This record gives sequence, C-alpha cells and structure tokens, in this order.
Amino acid sequence: MSITSRVKKVLTGNHATAYAVMQARVDVIPAYPITPQTTIVEKLDEFIENGLLDASMIRVESEHSAMAAAIGASAAGARTYTATSSHGLLYMYENLWWAANARLPIVATFVTRAIGPPWNIWSDHQDIFTLRDSGWILFMAKNAQEAYDLTLQAFKIAENPNIRLPVGIGYDGFYISHTSEPVEMLAQDEVDAFLPDKRSIKPLLDPSNPYTIGNLPEASFNFLIRKNMWGSMESSIDYIKKVGYEYYLLTGRNYGDLVDKYRCEDADTIFVSIGAMANEGMVAVDRLRSKGHKVGHMALRLLRPYPEDEVIDSIGNAERIIVMSRAVSMGKGGILFTDLIDVVYRNRLNVDVYDIVVGLAGVEVVDNDFIKVYNDVLDGIFDKRETIFLMGGKYV
Amino acid sequence: MSKPRLVSTIGEKEYYYPGHAACHGCGASIGLRHLLKAIGPNAILAVPAGCTSIIAGRANLSTFGIPFIHTAFGSAASVASGIIEALDRLGKKDVNVVVWAGDGGTFDIGFASLSGAAERGHNILYVLDDNEAYMNTGIQRSGATPRGAWTTTTIKGKKEGKKNILDIMRAHNIPYLATASVAYPLDFHRKVKKALSIKGFKFIHLMSPCPPGWRFDMHLTVEVARKAVLSGVWILMEIENGLLRLNPPSNTMLEKRRLPVEEYVKMQGRFRFLKGELLEEFKRDVERNWERIKKILEEQSR
Repeated sequence: MSITSRVKKVLTGNHATAYAVMQARVDVIPAYPITPQTTIVEKLDEFIENGLLDASMIRVESEHSAMAAAIGASAAGARTYTATSSHGLLYMYENLWWAANARLPIVATFVTRAIGPPWNIWSDHQDIFTLRDSGWILFMAKNAQEAYDLTLQAFKIAENPNIRLPVGIGYDGFYISHTSEPVEMLAQDEVDAFLPDKRSIKPLLDPSNPYTIGNLPEASFNFLIRKNMWGSMESSIDYIKKVGYEYYLLTGRNYGDLVDKYRCEDADTIFVSIGAMANEGMVAVDRLRSKGHKVGHMALRLLRPYPEDEVIDSIGNAERIIVMSRAVSMGKGGILFTDLIDVVYRNRLNVDVYDIVVGLAGVEVVDNDFIKVYNDVLDGIFDKRETIFLMGGKYV
Repeated sequence: MSKPRLVSTIGEKEYYYPGHAACHGCGASIGLRHLLKAIGPNAILAVPAGCTSIIAGRANLSTFGIPFIHTAFGSAASVASGIIEALDRLGKKDVNVVVWAGDGGTFDIGFASLSGAAERGHNILYVLDDNEAYMNTGIQRSGATPRGAWTTTTIKGKKEGKKNILDIMRAHNIPYLATASVAYPLDFHRKVKKALSIKGFKFIHLMSPCPPGWRFDMHLTVEVARKAVLSGVWILMEIENGLLRLNPPSNTMLEKRRLPVEEYVKMQGRFRFLKGELLEEFKRDVERNWERIKKILEEQSR
C-alpha cells in the first residue's frame, strides 16, 4: 500500500532508503548484491513484486554492469537508481566516472565498508572517498532519517538541467544500514509535489533526435567539457541549499545547512567528522560542555562539492580544529583533514588543525575517543605535522 | 530500368555517413553500413571501445544517423540492457536496441556482460564484428585470433586456437544466432531483419577482414572475406530456436566441396608463420568445426 499520509516507522537505514527510492517512483534499478548494501535492493525487489513500485529491476551479473545498465537507462531518459559498497564500488569504478562525465542524473547509495584484503564487511569511509574527484555529488548521512531525506533530495538535485550530475548518498555499513530507528516518511503526494516530473529528464538517446554520445573530441573541446562540469559542480551548492531549505519548510528538518553544526557558536575547539561517528562526536561535545569546555562539532553532510563557505563560517573564531577521519590517503593523511587544511590555507585562517585517523576497518569510535584526543591536544602532546592513529582508545 | 537486387532489398537510405574515420578497405565499415540500413532509423546503437570508437568520427559531428552511445570496453551489453528497460518504462517499445562490438569487447573483456544480458533474455540484437584481434590498439591477439596468426603480441604466430563463441552463445539457449560475412551483405541483411523480428536476445557473428591487421591490400577485403567462406574457414549458418541451418554457399560445402584452406591463408601476411605442423593444426581446426556442425545436423534430423 502506498503511503497516503505522513508516518513514522522504525526502519533500518537501508529500508529507509528503499522507501525513499520507492516514493521517488524510479523507473529502472540495475543492482548486484554486496554486504551491507543488499537489504536495500531486496526491499526494492519486494516493493516491485508486491506492486508498490512500478519499476524494472535489472539483476545484473556484476557491479560493473550495474553501473553500465544505469548509464544506459539514464541516457535513455529513465529515473535510475542503484546501490553498492566497498569492492562493489571499486568494481563499478570505471563506469562511475563514465556516468559523471556523461552528465547522467543517476542516484546511488554507497553503504560504506572497508576495502580488502583482508576481507572485512565493517564500515570505514575509504570506499566512498575514492569518488571524491569523480564528479559525483556526494552526501554523507549520519542516521536513517538523513538517509531517507537525502535520497529524496538527491533525485531533485541530480535531475536539475543546470546540474545533471550523478548524486551519491553514503552512510556507514551496519551502524546505519542495519540499525533500526524511527524514521518519519512523507506522504506520497508530498513526495510527488517535491520532486520534478521524471519525464522532464531529457533523453540523450532518442531516435527522433539522434545524437552520438561520447565521440572523440579535440583536446580543447574536452578541456571545456571538464571545465563545464566544474562549473556545474560549483554552482550546484546554491541549488543543493535551496532544495535543502525547501525540504526544511516541508518537514522541519533543516538541510539548508550543508554543514551540520553542533554547539559551534562560541567554541574554541571544533571537532570535524562525518557519518555515524558524528553522533558520538556530539555526545562528546555535550559531555565536555557540561564541564565548561567550549567545544563544538561539525558534521559535513556534503562531501562534494565541498561546502567551503559554510565550513569557514562554522569555524568562526575557533582556535583549533580536530579532524577525525575514518579514511586515510596513504602517504598523505586523513582525508577529511586534507580536504579541510586546504580551506584553512587558502583563506589564511588562523587556526590549528589536528589530523586524527580513527575507525578504520570498522574499529568502533565512541565519545571517549573524541574526549581523549581533545584532552591530549590541550596537553600539547601532538606534533601538528603528524597524522595520529587512534584505535580503541590507544594511539597506535 | 529495374534497380539492382542489392539496392531493391536493402533500400537506398543510408545511416552510415561519408566522412567516417575507418581505414581504407575496412570490413567493419561494410558491416556497419549494412547493419544500419537494416536497423535504422528507429534504433539505438551501443558500442564499446574498439575500432568503431574511432570510426564514429570527431565530436561534435558523427558518422551515424541514429542515436549512438559509446560505452566502457566491457559494458556494451549491460548498457544496452539499461536502454531497453528504460525504453520499456517510457513506452517506446518499437525501438531496435543493438550492440555493435568487436571481438575484444565480446570474446574477452565484454564476455561477462554479454553472457549476463543473454541469460536475462533482454530484447537486444548483439552484433559481433570480428576482425580477429585488437586492431584499434595496434593488432594485439584476442580470444578470437586464429591459430598461427601473427599479431604484435604473437610475433611468431598464435599457438592457441580461436574460442568458439557461437557454441558458447548457443549454450545460452537464446532464440536466434547466426554467422555472417561482409562478402555476403544480402545474407547479413536478411539475418539482421530476421533477428529484429524475434523477441529476446539475438546474436550475429560477423566476419569482417581488416587490411592493416591481416596484412592484405585494401582492395581485397571482400575477396578475403569470400575466400574465408569458400574455403570453409568461415561457415555461414543460423540457429533459430535451437535448430541449425547452413546458409548458401556454406550449405553446399558439408561434403568438402571447398577451396583449399591455403587459398584463404596465402592472401594474408598475418599467416606467414602458418606452415608445416601449425598449418595442419589450423586445417584440423576447420575440419573440427565442420564435424561438429555435421553432428548437430545429424542429431536434428533424427
């Protein structure tokens, strides 16, 4: 039965996503199973079999083909969705870039998971960050409600004719994908009114108006294709905020802020993290605040395009930033750190930035980890030029 | 004056335009021209990396009069699956979705996606344009390169035989498979039309000689392709709903009324190492193909 009025259900992150995809009335879902993404696709298959969703599921033979079929479907003008994780994401990698460069408004969920070997199904953010430079607009949700909300917004953003870029929504495997929490869902007619008409997606492949997609260009023509993509990426920020604000007016949940600021206003120290562990960061802030420390937390909800203005605004007059990355650029540093340090330098911000790598391979990150790092930063035990690895409350 | 038979059958309208970037004497070019006449204009072509990535011309112009999408090397059949499902959702049910892929994109890197699309039974026509090596990257051996052929990665001749892709596709139980040759365009045209009339996954294996890769003069393309058939190295046939039928002129060649294999081999510089025992093994490859077909025909008539 379709959802005729607003309803709150206890859902896992994966099922919340599946409901959003159903309510977005997607046309084509090419998918291949991988833990911990699978229950999204299983749920969507159930929706289709039970007549709740009028869509085609293409049960492909690999992730590489999942994204290839998504490319074909989207190029032909269908609203298209898929999901994957970890090695699946890496296996579809070639076609993920293909989708971006072809400017196809595909929406995908990336349920984050460590990359092997050794085999490991638990969450870290290494997989989604491989898409950092690809041209995918990338969100990171920190709970099931955000997974649901951002999935709906993703279709609207991707299909804007001035943007036409694929949009990915990331969230942590198991911590969010398989943990149940209350999720408020919109009524179907609200979703229908919020999203654009899916038939307004301009098909690239149309026999009545034949085009060749992807012919060899002059280098300079190709350069401009890339430059135009940059322009769409940059200008998408305003639209993403606009959509987020519209969603706020509809639901009271604010997505107009691309950075989820928590008690940053007068903070002298700000934590930065994303995804599930951001919730632990906010608990740590409350605990430290109760003892009189002026700390805050920034959860980046949008990874690409990088919400630079909002990050600067959130930093305000803080003296130090502690960046907790769940992914590392080998030989360089925590990826959230390397992203942020560039903003600090370009804008000549007078702030110390600490590079802490945590939670790799699914090692749990808790509020105590944030508090420990905070205390040690104040004690001055770190060399700011170092990348610090913290595992289970111990530096390693 | 009445029109020649070829024109009256395949029509005068062209969807493969002058200005294409194929080599002189390109077999694929003949194949593309006739394929497009048979599928156009209400068709979409998906093409993986290969010679046709170049043949298609310079952006933002195009060689093709129908919608054409370049795909990643291993992805043509999967992209076509996405297209056909999308067209179905959009209510455009009369568009021919066709893959045109080389032997590398079919026998090797694209095989998983081909097998997947065939197993799913997607309503696609897959045309394999077989020039028996990675020609576009400079003549490297593929799973389709025949025994004894020189390539830049088999500089003393390939030791292994050619993968029998038709048998492999036949094992997918798809409703229609055929072989074709650029020397027999009417046969090819008929097979494309036949395939389009059947719902499901269809596979046509087109032999298309390559002058620079096979080392023969550019004016001999059709002659080389014809010799392949007349010597029995390439066999024209079709398999409809599991029933195999030989097509002219191969249907007269079961009892060895064939030109000597040497007639075909000697035209091509790539076979300069094909002598002695290697040549005998090549001939046994040809013989084994015919024996297999004979066996299938006998089983069918029982």
